[in-house]
Amino acid sequence: MSQYKIHGINGPVVTVLGKTDLQMMETVYVGNKQLIGEVIGLSEDSATIQVYEETAGLTTGEPVISTHSPMSITLAPGILGNIFDGIGRPLNDIKNISGAFIGKGINIPSVSETEKWQVTAALCVGDTVFGGEVLASCPETDSIIHKALVPPYVQGTVTKVAPNGEYTVTDTIAEVTDKDGKIHELKLAQRWPIRTSRPVKERMPLSKPLITGQRIIDTVFPIAKGGAAAIPGGFGTGKTMTQHQLAKWCDADIIIYVGCGERGNEMTQVLNEFSSLTDPRTAKSLLSRTVLIANTSNMPVAAREASIYTGITLAEYYRDMGYHTAIMADSTSRWAEALREISGRLEEMPADEGFPAYLPSRLSEFYERSGYFKNLNDTEGSVTIIGAVSPQGADFSEPVTQNTKRFTRCFWALDKSLAYARHYPAINWTSSYSEYTGELSDWYKENVDSEFTVCRDRLTSILSEEANLMEIVKLIGADVLPDDQKLIIEIARVIRVGFLQQNAFHSDDTFVPMQKQMKMMQAILRLYDRSKEVIARQIPISKIVKTGLFDRLIKVKYDIPNKNPEMFDALCADIDREINEILR
Amino acid sequence: MIIEHTRLCEINGSLVTVDGVENPVYEEIAHFFLDDGSVRTGRVVKIDGQKVTLQVFEGTRGMSSSNTKTVFTGESMHLPLSPEILGRVFDGLGRPKDDLGEVYPDKKQDVSGAPINPVAREYPKNYIRTGISSIDALATLIRGQKLPIFSGSGMKHNELAVQIVRQSAIADGEDFAVVFAAMGVKNDVAAYFRSQFASSNVMNRVVMFLNLANDPITERIMTPKCALTAAEYLAFEEGKHVLVVMTDMTSYAEALREYSSSRGEIPSRKGFPGYLYSDLASLYERAGMIEGKKGSVTQLPILTMPNDDITHPIPDLTGYITEGQIVLDRELSSKGIYPPVSVLPSLSRLMKDGIGEGFTREDHPALANQLLASYAKVQDARALSSVIGEDELSPSDKALLKFGKEFEEKFICQGFTECRSIEETLDLGWKLLSSLPDSELDRTDEKILKKYCKK
Repeated sequence: MSQYKIHGINGPVVTVLGKTDLQMMETVYVGNKQLIGEVIGLSEDSATIQVYEETAGLTTGEPVISTHSPMSITLAPGILGNIFDGIGRPLNDIKNISGAFIGKGINIPSVSETEKWQVTAALCVGDTVFGGEVLASCPETDSIIHKALVPPYVQGTVTKVAPNGEYTVTDTIAEVTDKDGKIHELKLAQRWPIRTSRPVKERMPLSKPLITGQRIIDTVFPIAKGGAAAIPGGFGTGKTMTQHQLAKWCDADIIIYVGCGERGNEMTQVLNEFSSLTDPRTAKSLLSRTVLIANTSNMPVAAREASIYTGITLAEYYRDMGYHTAIMADSTSRWAEALREISGRLEEMPADEGFPAYLPSRLSEFYERSGYFKNLNDTEGSVTIIGAVSPQGADFSEPVTQNTKRFTRCFWALDKSLAYARHYPAINWTSSYSEYTGELSDWYKENVDSEFTVCRDRLTSILSEEANLMEIVKLIGADVLPDDQKLIIEIARVIRVGFLQQNAFHSDDTFVPMQKQMKMMQAILRLYDRSKEVIARQIPISKIVKTGLFDRLIKVKYDIPNKNPEMFDALCADIDREINEILR
Repeated sequence: MIIEHTRLCEINGSLVTVDGVENPVYEEIAHFFLDDGSVRTGRVVKIDGQKVTLQVFEGTRGMSSSNTKTVFTGESMHLPLSPEILGRVFDGLGRPKDDLGEVYPDKKQDVSGAPINPVAREYPKNYIRTGISSIDALATLIRGQKLPIFSGSGMKHNELAVQIVRQSAIADGEDFAVVFAAMGVKNDVAAYFRSQFASSNVMNRVVMFLNLANDPITERIMTPKCALTAAEYLAFEEGKHVLVVMTDMTSYAEALREYSSSRGEIPSRKGFPGYLYSDLASLYERAGMIEGKKGSVTQLPILTMPNDDITHPIPDLTGYITEGQIVLDRELSSKGIYPPVSVLPSLSRLMKDGIGEGFTREDHPALANQLLASYAKVQDARALSSVIGEDELSPSDKALLKFGKEFEEKFICQGFTECRSIEETLDLGWKLLSSLPDSELDRTDEKILKKYCKK
């Protein structure tokens, strides 16, 4: 380990003068307090370092110590249910050391090194192992079994295995001798550089949806397991709320929630809420499948840039165990701004709006780490990325939104006017899209209903017809429209208010199973079809409105509990009866 | 031994460069002694070997490369604090501006502050009754929240801020304090706040930090940091509920831009520095509550939107950091409605957990939801009526128009000294809604409607 001296300081950027043997992107310790930093530029006679902590108080001549290893995090049991800062330090332990305010230069392990885990070895002496194979397993939380993996670069014969029992993350579980005769001690914990994606065997096609229980997403704009989605929206449109809903209810096994440059209170809220909520599938605490990464907006900006990579590395690690993981990044715009801020300090040539020219390539690198994979150990796992984007001035033409759009195939555009009218989730149904609908249609046909895609297409076409009609209504009012067009407006209102709008605070409506979504859709279309019969007989639409069927369908999301889908049969019978009455 | 550096090698805007400094500390404070006997203060903002760039808080006018001696203190900027700061007036750097002399500090605190650990935060849940219907019902202020007022020049944001302070202070009893930070505001505005605090008998609980419109901009950059340091001290060490009024954040951001451009930094949108978001966040995020501590810091920043444009970088970035916003509207203001709160874009993010049963009243969430949804429809009906005329509207649209007018005149509008209880506000809301046909009340549960919305 070599040691150098600080020459210059400018915000989070520190320079070292003279010839060094520092490597690009290696971790260094800066100053007497040993702040964590990373080498981001090298020239013949100087090195540039970005520091992940506040640099106030540093002085020239203080040491810079090299480690010759890239920025890495520890992967081991104890990660789930925990909350980390942007570079993987546990915030609970930091609180125990420095109190309510975050101190500087705290270098502590990510996971407890003294806690013991009930380990069952999965290898026998004499086995030939490859990287990625399961080494041992232990229950990490009450709902997740942690499978410690052989590091990807290790290959050889098992020469020693510890008996089942209680071990800490630093105890040796097995020894592997490789073909050169070198002995690798395998432990529960391994380190992995955050900017390198973990290797897999092959990428598989996306064919299963990530079920979220949110009607507008599952039915209209679905996302595949292993897909990537962007949620752009101005402030107050409900990006964070949507992310929270997805983190709570989506059917991934593991959730990584990255609060990147966002509010401190929001992280506290997630922490409080998730520990009190139960996962509908396992009936265990939601927190036991969740990892939080918090770099609040007043925490150091360089760590904000790293937090996204820390998150995705954790997601890949659990994917390697055969789990379906989903990572919520809130918000990628803050990450892009962190890039811009550091780029500015380095006096790089700016491109669009001051963002560095490498913004698109960094974004694509990140989003391409999503996918549905066959792992090295032949299990299947996926990483789904859902990134919030905070466009400046809610203007979707800005560089971060535009570049994100190119690398995600699902675009849930949040709309200010919907949010003002308190229509949540404020996902605009005309400007949003999902490119996964085709790939997922088989799944929906097999697992939900053979009619599913037909119904969905009818639903969206009614909405787009309504959008056209509204142009006219804005000019001349709804009263002058012919009855068949009035019907479209009425039924579209049912779809908007009764189906697309969803109440996150209602115990039943916050998560709606696919079956009920399908039944709701069918009931709405039933009413539409039957009403068309009425209109065809020149009977005024006001007669149907008087029956209260439209309003009843709007409230059906509250009136029929999730567990009683059979009640829809009675509803449909009622619709038929009332319409037959009119037709008589 | 104190080393005096006798030469400045470069002066540029508010920045000076000194060469030959041994071991300068990043962000340390230095004093400049001018030949005419005056003393100025500066802060190290860049170190390049022995060459150090400093930002002079009082500005560089009159400084030359030879008439100034620089002495480094080795310490970052600290604010002297004691319970006696209540009732005092300071300048933008925390130096006494009244004639009461220096503060005898109990402790000195670094003004930059440190981020609150998210796990040590307590999620804010207690609402503050401001007595203003539009805020209490639709954008409820929560203790520990940061809720800015987005206004424009000529609108009554100062009155609104004073009314909030006055009416919420009463409910707090003895445990409250107000920290007032003026950044680039006019002398008479500062005087207005002072006289209003005095006339409502809260002056002995107010700490003022004044950087007026003609004070140097580098001092302005430090003003909110000093104010928030004082607020954190009063809240987390003295256990008070502190309301921080910061006005005008636009002047602050513009000062930052001026300083950034003099440093030759690469500008992003509208010439503001790329780190404007992080910088604003380092102020706003200092609001909150901490587990196990009694006090709280609630922020009420005021900003005037240039050209009433909510997409301008300052309101835009502020909105992304703060927990909601109260937006004032020029059209309402010109109709003579006070406070001219535009309720649709106004929002309080923490409201959902601090209202309803056990906090305000069980029907509060439903009422807020229904009022906003109906008022949003009023806008559509108005747009339509301006095209086809009011007479041609359908009965339900006519009812909406009437509701909209009454809502603005009776609910939003209230007197400067009028303090409505939460029950009054909620009952008033239901009364207005009762004029609408049933089909318009599609957001509300039947049970709640029956109980509260009496036709």
